[in-house]
Amino acid sequence: MTQIAQNDTNAVVIIGSGAGGGTLAHELTRRGIKVVLLEAGARQSYATFSQNPGEAFVQLTWLEPRTTSGSWTVPQDYPGLPSWTAKTLGGTTVHWTGATPRIQSWEVRARTTYGAIAGTSLIDWPIEYSELERYYELAERRLLVTRRHGNPGLPASGHFKIMYHGARRIGYRRVHTGHLAVNTRPADQRGMCIQQGFCVQGCKTGAKWSTLYTEIPRAEATGNLDLRLRCHAVRLEHGPDGRVSAVIYRDPEGNEQRQKARLVCVACNSIETARLLLLSGSSRFPHGLANSSGQVGRNYCRHTAGFIWGVFDKPVKFWRGTTLAGIVEDETKNDPQRGFVGGYHLELAALDLPSLPLAGFPSTLWGRDLGSLMDHYDRMAGMLINGEDMPRSDNRITLSTSVRDGAGLPVAHIHVDEHDNDAAMRTHAQRQGRAIYEAVGALRTSTSRQTPATHNMCTARMSKDPQDGVVDGHGRAHDVPNLYVSDGSALTTPGSANPTLTIVALALRQAEHIAREMSSRGL
Amino acid sequence: MNATYPRRDFLTAGGILTGFLAAGGPLSLLAPSRAWALELGSLSTAEGTRLLSVARTIAPHDTLEDAAYAIVVKAIDAAAADERVRATLKAGLAQLGEDFAARAEPARVDALRAVEHSEFFGFVRAKTLGTLYASPIAYAHFGYEGEAFSKGGYLTRGFDELNWLPDVPLEDSGPKVGAAGR
Repeated sequence: MTQIAQNDTNAVVIIGSGAGGGTLAHELTRRGIKVVLLEAGARQSYATFSQNPGEAFVQLTWLEPRTTSGSWTVPQDYPGLPSWTAKTLGGTTVHWTGATPRIQSWEVRARTTYGAIAGTSLIDWPIEYSELERYYELAERRLLVTRRHGNPGLPASGHFKIMYHGARRIGYRRVHTGHLAVNTRPADQRGMCIQQGFCVQGCKTGAKWSTLYTEIPRAEATGNLDLRLRCHAVRLEHGPDGRVSAVIYRDPEGNEQRQKARLVCVACNSIETARLLLLSGSSRFPHGLANSSGQVGRNYCRHTAGFIWGVFDKPVKFWRGTTLAGIVEDETKNDPQRGFVGGYHLELAALDLPSLPLAGFPSTLWGRDLGSLMDHYDRMAGMLINGEDMPRSDNRITLSTSVRDGAGLPVAHIHVDEHDNDAAMRTHAQRQGRAIYEAVGALRTSTSRQTPATHNMCTARMSKDPQDGVVDGHGRAHDVPNLYVSDGSALTTPGSANPTLTIVALALRQAEHIAREMSSRGL
Repeated sequence: MNATYPRRDFLTAGGILTGFLAAGGPLSLLAPSRAWALELGSLSTAEGTRLLSVARTIAPHDTLEDAAYAIVVKAIDAAAADERVRATLKAGLAQLGEDFAARAEPARVDALRAVEHSEFFGFVRAKTLGTLYASPIAYAHFGYEGEAFSKGGYLTRGFDELNWLPDVPLEDSGPKVGAAGR
């Protein structure tokens, strides 16, 4: 493996190896650019992925504590897990479900489309949709997304049959097995889906795209990647010119190291990206690096989410099959007649037996209500709401004033007060989800409340006006010309699409931009 | 130290839970003996018995045998090696009253409802759910098949066998490729 000297001021340093960082590492190294990739987690593989759900959770999850405040229900329902992100090489692309819908054209013009909504900090994206579309195509071809560019769809599981027929019976028309970055046949050195479930424990056939099996090994093969595992970035330093000059990180032994840098790309998943910038304050940037606007950590979005369960009198065995291979797209529209702006998807979702009571139900559910649901475990169907939530200035990541991590640094604090629009959307989606199941004979339905966010977004958002956000349309910090944000933090608004495809598309675009800037202007 | 303090209590405080596996149940077919015993490290026999009853009240399954709930007690007892957890647990169990396990279910539910927002209940509920449904007894009881990779997944083993609804048209799904790759 390539070794880049710690005092090499020509190094490009990427922090985080998920959808954004992993993709960017590949894109830059294949263009001949030397990259140091820092990853806080360890490296797993097809062979080491645990198929014990509890073990797999511990193996892949970011387990450092976070503190919380605000009126949201997640801290009560999921004590200790306000957000569910990954800490492993490949980041959330190891535990994601592979869902790759696109953000819609009207969603990137959120402020224009929805108007002035009290209690929100909506803005429009600083890039044209046609520009984004071009990179969506590239990303879909890279990830081999089903039902795009000639790729077939996934076959229908028994579980999807229930969603399909229920949805059709209540009048929905855009119902199918989804756009997923999941191979239906071996391709691009990835295996094929064998419908085993266990998508979120790390796909053992590689059918599901992950930077772990494609982008990172390919970046390594270029000879231009210096991958440093279990290295946790704790602070960014800048020089007297206000440009980032080095990344301070803790190595696997817990010792601080300093890697000099020509350019730094932060891709630690929204909560940690914001935390790292906030931890990097200086006399020049007293409120955190790249934070002269005060926007770092603000506008935190996590999608309006929640489970809907249907109980039937006949077997379903919903654990059999690709976890998320099913979608209803009819509510992905902006129709304020429904009582809210923005749209949502309903996505097929199954949970393994140990995870269902912990992840699928609110903490208020116990006793006979819980027992009778679990007694029907093999006769249950499930879906997940994935809807656009409203950005709010005070829904934000800050540094905890009460809890510190193992190295004595404040952990992230998450404050969320849910907007009424999110609540109205969830209520609507729950009603529609219940109707879908009732249309095919459900004995009973049940819903969760908001679930811990696997989609964490917008905490360092792209904006045209430097006062409204942290980075420009290429993810470059308004305040610091050689600092980039390369993950979901940079999304201007969340839209209703699962974010990975958009993050990859933006990373592909950012890589072109960085390569161009480096060669032409010596960035 | 109080000289009359029971010696057993200050050595380990550990009690013991015992029971019998249901005849013909999934475990009785495998176990060498139908009798089971669980030694406790931090909890007394009375506390262990009460805790088992709490677990059964939180996640009631009439035909799921006590041995499954004993695994929950074992996990919580192990966690109670931590002094703070032990204190919370013992105080919570004491508050439920000595006759908790003997009471009818509605009375047990009322007693737990009264402490629903306590740290004690939150901890016991999470541990109960996290342990109970993760055990091989639960997998067998609820018909969950667990990992399937070693068996080749379900592509040719029934992922689409649900037959009480019609098939989905090809345009909204996709071709089923054989496990051999076509």
